[in-house]
Amino acid sequence: MSDVRTDTRAQTRRIPAPAINNESKPFWDAATEGRFLIKRCGDCGKAHWYPRAICPYCFSLNTSWEESPGEGVIYTFSIMYRNTPTPYAIGYVNLNEGPAVLTNFVDCDLATLAIGQTVKVRFQPTENGPPVPVFAPV
Amino acid sequence: MSIKGKAYIGGVFEHPTREAIGYSTPQLHAECAKGALEDAGLTKDDIDGYFCAGDAPGFGALSMADYMGLKLRHLDSTETGGSSYIVHVGHAAEAIAAGKCSVALITLAGRPRTQRMGMGGGGGGPGRGGPPPGGGFSDVPEAGFENIYGGSTHNTYGMCAARHMHEYGTTSEQLAWIKVAASHHAQWNEHAMLREVVTVEEVLDSPMIATPLHRMDCCVISDGGGAVLVVSPEVAKSLNRPKVRIIGAGEAPKGPRGGNDLDLTYSGAVWSGPPAFAEAGVTPQDMKYASIYDSFTITVLMQIEDLGFCKKGEGGKFVADGNLISGVGKLPFNTDGGGLCNNHPTNRGGITKVIEAVRQLRGEAHPKVQVPNCDLAIAHGTGGSLGTRHGAGTVIMEREA
Repeated sequence: MSDVRTDTRAQTRRIPAPAINNESKPFWDAATEGRFLIKRCGDCGKAHWYPRAICPYCFSLNTSWEESPGEGVIYTFSIMYRNTPTPYAIGYVNLNEGPAVLTNFVDCDLATLAIGQTVKVRFQPTENGPPVPVFAPV
Repeated sequence: MSIKGKAYIGGVFEHPTREAIGYSTPQLHAECAKGALEDAGLTKDDIDGYFCAGDAPGFGALSMADYMGLKLRHLDSTETGGSSYIVHVGHAAEAIAAGKCSVALITLAGRPRTQRMGMGGGGGGPGRGGPPPGGGFSDVPEAGFENIYGGSTHNTYGMCAARHMHEYGTTSEQLAWIKVAASHHAQWNEHAMLREVVTVEEVLDSPMIATPLHRMDCCVISDGGGAVLVVSPEVAKSLNRPKVRIIGAGEAPKGPRGGNDLDLTYSGAVWSGPPAFAEAGVTPQDMKYASIYDSFTITVLMQIEDLGFCKKGEGGKFVADGNLISGVGKLPFNTDGGGLCNNHPTNRGGITKVIEAVRQLRGEAHPKVQVPNCDLAIAHGTGGSLGTRHGAGTVIMEREA
């Protein structure tokens, strides 16, 4: 029966293709090449997430893409058991550059996932779309 | 300009249905409007202002205004999820104070239960408003970066609870006390979906939905609706009903706003509460009764802290041991059973928060849960998701002697 789950390893959850618009297209083009981009403001110097054309801190239009190693720590997470064929973990990563990123945690033991754990980005394929960033413990 | 004393609650109505088989959604809105008019002793043609949010079918307020045959001079379809209708009370008071209308109708209705919308349909979970997950074009700014991760109200509120536990040592047992208190109240409400009194152990033994939230940490999914009439002092004087004055209101959105310094342990109540209390000239400790939005137990705990009923991080201790049970604890809350046990119509609980506060102020709550001499009350709500972006709305009301 499904309620006897001795294996708590996260299983691969099907992820749909992300919605893309003109502003976000460069991110997804880079994702297709396996590169994780964030936006940084050329005026106040702050990085932000999700990426915007205008800086949400100082309202400067002088923002640019930069490649991030995609490393950080888990800020919080929740393991979802309802309405899903297999449990999955959703949560936020605080990137070393500052911003928090909403994501799924993969390639991990759901039973040992913890706030403060160090994680790194990887890309998971989607159906008919670019791969999307997910994070796994290092 | 202050709204203090410039507007009154003239009528309220909560639809008794929890499973609206055979109904249309516009019909439910209209039946709620009719119920509130009968409660106030007003007629449809007295209405000159109309307020609704995203649950109203059609084109903003236009379709419903036309369906009900309303002739209006003021419209507002501010959308902040489940807190919209609390925000609307404040906006209606502003409009009345400015002379833009004198009888403002607010309606909410929907059928998530019979339509099997399931979880978080109306609450505006992550990425609400984008295309269905599966790609394509969307100009909802966060859609591409959030909709893909399986976010729901359950797990995004679960993220808040997990962080609150991490920072403050809040426990599942403490959260369970919130459900226990709601169930003590719901046993007296003949319309409540869940009338059985539950224990802390039963909450903890209920199935895990999204860690650390169990099934009994979650509100019900119910059909139904409600309506509120906000009226001018002149209209209020003409009605044969106890006088409930609106004396303070506040609202605020909260979201990650760029993602730096993300803090999911507090809600927008830290911004909507203080201006409402200041406008009213009262403090949280003066409140005799509190309607606190209860989509989940963690929602209640965070809002109680953020509104100043206790210090940040001490909500767990505050809600434990029956402190929210009417006649037992210091802060009687959600005496209708709230969203956790009574009703969460169209996945949006804001209007029922206003309605039960008005019942308390009028002395018309169930005798078993009526707070003696209840002359000051707060209705507070959160709409959207505490874990992503949400709107907070606060209204403070007073019974006029």
